[in-house]
Amino acid sequence: MAINFPYRPKNELERHGRGGEPRHGEKELTCPNCHRTLSESILENNYYICSCGYHYRIGARTRIEMIVDPGSFEEMSESIKPNDPISFPGYGEKLEKARRESGEEEAVVTGKATIGGIEVMLFAMDPFFMMGSLGSATGEKITLVFERAIEEHLPVIGWSSSGGARMQEGLLSLMQMAKTSGAVKRHSEERLLYISVLTDPTTGGVSASYAMEGDVILAEPGATIGFAGKRVVEAMTKEKTDRSFQTSRFVFEHGFVDSIVERSDERRILYELLSFHTGR
Amino acid sequence: MTSYEKVKAARSESRPGALDYISNIFSSFIEFHGDRKFGDDGAIVGGLAYLGDIPVTLIGIERGKNTLERISRSFGSPNPEGYRKAVRLMREAEKFSRPVITIVDTSGAYCGVGAEERGQSEAIAESITTMIGLSVPTLALLIGEGGSGGALALMAASEVWMLENSVYSVISPEGCASILFKDAKEASKAAENLKLTAEDALEFGVAEKIIPEDNLGSPEFYSSLKSMMEGKIRSMMGRDDLAYERYLRFRKFGESR
Repeated sequence: MAINFPYRPKNELERHGRGGEPRHGEKELTCPNCHRTLSESILENNYYICSCGYHYRIGARTRIEMIVDPGSFEEMSESIKPNDPISFPGYGEKLEKARRESGEEEAVVTGKATIGGIEVMLFAMDPFFMMGSLGSATGEKITLVFERAIEEHLPVIGWSSSGGARMQEGLLSLMQMAKTSGAVKRHSEERLLYISVLTDPTTGGVSASYAMEGDVILAEPGATIGFAGKRVVEAMTKEKTDRSFQTSRFVFEHGFVDSIVERSDERRILYELLSFHTGR
Repeated sequence: MTSYEKVKAARSESRPGALDYISNIFSSFIEFHGDRKFGDDGAIVGGLAYLGDIPVTLIGIERGKNTLERISRSFGSPNPEGYRKAVRLMREAEKFSRPVITIVDTSGAYCGVGAEERGQSEAIAESITTMIGLSVPTLALLIGEGGSGGALALMAASEVWMLENSVYSVISPEGCASILFKDAKEASKAAENLKLTAEDALEFGVAEKIIPEDNLGSPEFYSSLKSMMEGKIRSMMGRDDLAYERYLRFRKFGESR
């Protein structure tokens, strides 16, 4: 699938050459945009951005390590795990597969860290865990981030990456949209900052709740961002959509995000935003 | 009835729609139009009315009674303007300390290019956030289909009441079946698994009350519903902890502590 980029991004790989020599027998990844194959260590040194500018999907932990001060991340709520509240057929196996593919117990990793020395509460969703779907435990972990941020008077940074509510938990996952929104609102009423970063993909129930409720909303280049799935829209309108439909650029042009930020620049931008709001 | 039969009953065109409830339960309804930003959405009707002698703000989702009307109301699937109109009316209600009653019946928010361009996600998110934080009494009545985020946008209320044959679901059974079972014909099985009936919702605490449908649409039906609603709204009036109580109402779903 070709991704329509608005411009050719500045890229560490192009400026400084290869980030490292490929390790023997190392995994190689082929870019879905330009089909170039690069070894994982090269991509790792370049924030998992291909030389064409394509931002690979990355796991929650990789993302957190990339952004926060080394060694500053303290995880919280590790013990909160999904259960099967409505005994949905096949959910147990789905969870097992998700754990294997992501190495995580839930679709979100939460905790506290510093960025340039500024303390912040954070959550990062993991697209490799059931496409980051929002279940009860996911919603609980995110709610706890905001509640602790209120207690400790801290800003929140959240990276969303989700196909939407987790249907295997029925109504209880739908309720997480209201629960998390309630927590965001209470945090906001304390006049605390929430920066929401939309990454690929941010759709459905997650885009229609906390992902779109940030004081500042940033998006990574080339991410799919929208409410209804593209195929649903096409089936409804019986027309093919433009290839720019529901991209970061699309939501930016329609006024729903403050800025599109390359991953390689994210730490700096987040630090500056935090500095503005914490008076450092 | 099986779950899927309930889904079909909830969608039945012969069921009373939001405007029927408005005209039979409330008096002096004055409709307000437009979101003051882009346009007026036909799927969401809103305005002022009296419940007995209590002035309230009403927000309903209306599917329409005939083909022409259904087209103008996009078959009860609100566009972003609809949710933004709802948000405007909620804020106005709060300013004048009026309770907010929503009457919900939708297969979901409208899916279309225009809806995406105008920020369907943001509109729903804003509606949920506004409603959950209101300081005034709120009550949501689900009269037919409660389709996902598009319904939740108007159901972040202090209490949710569901008609006996209404359904409330994170995804339509057809959508669920085509994703999980790769076959929309498995919708009946999906409906069973999704636990979307009023009894299920009551059991989870997602709904507080089930309204029997024995004499659905009759004068007795409306008058008994009216007195129940009036009692509930009156019991919440004058309280200053409604927003916090509502937060806890939603906080309990999947709570770890």
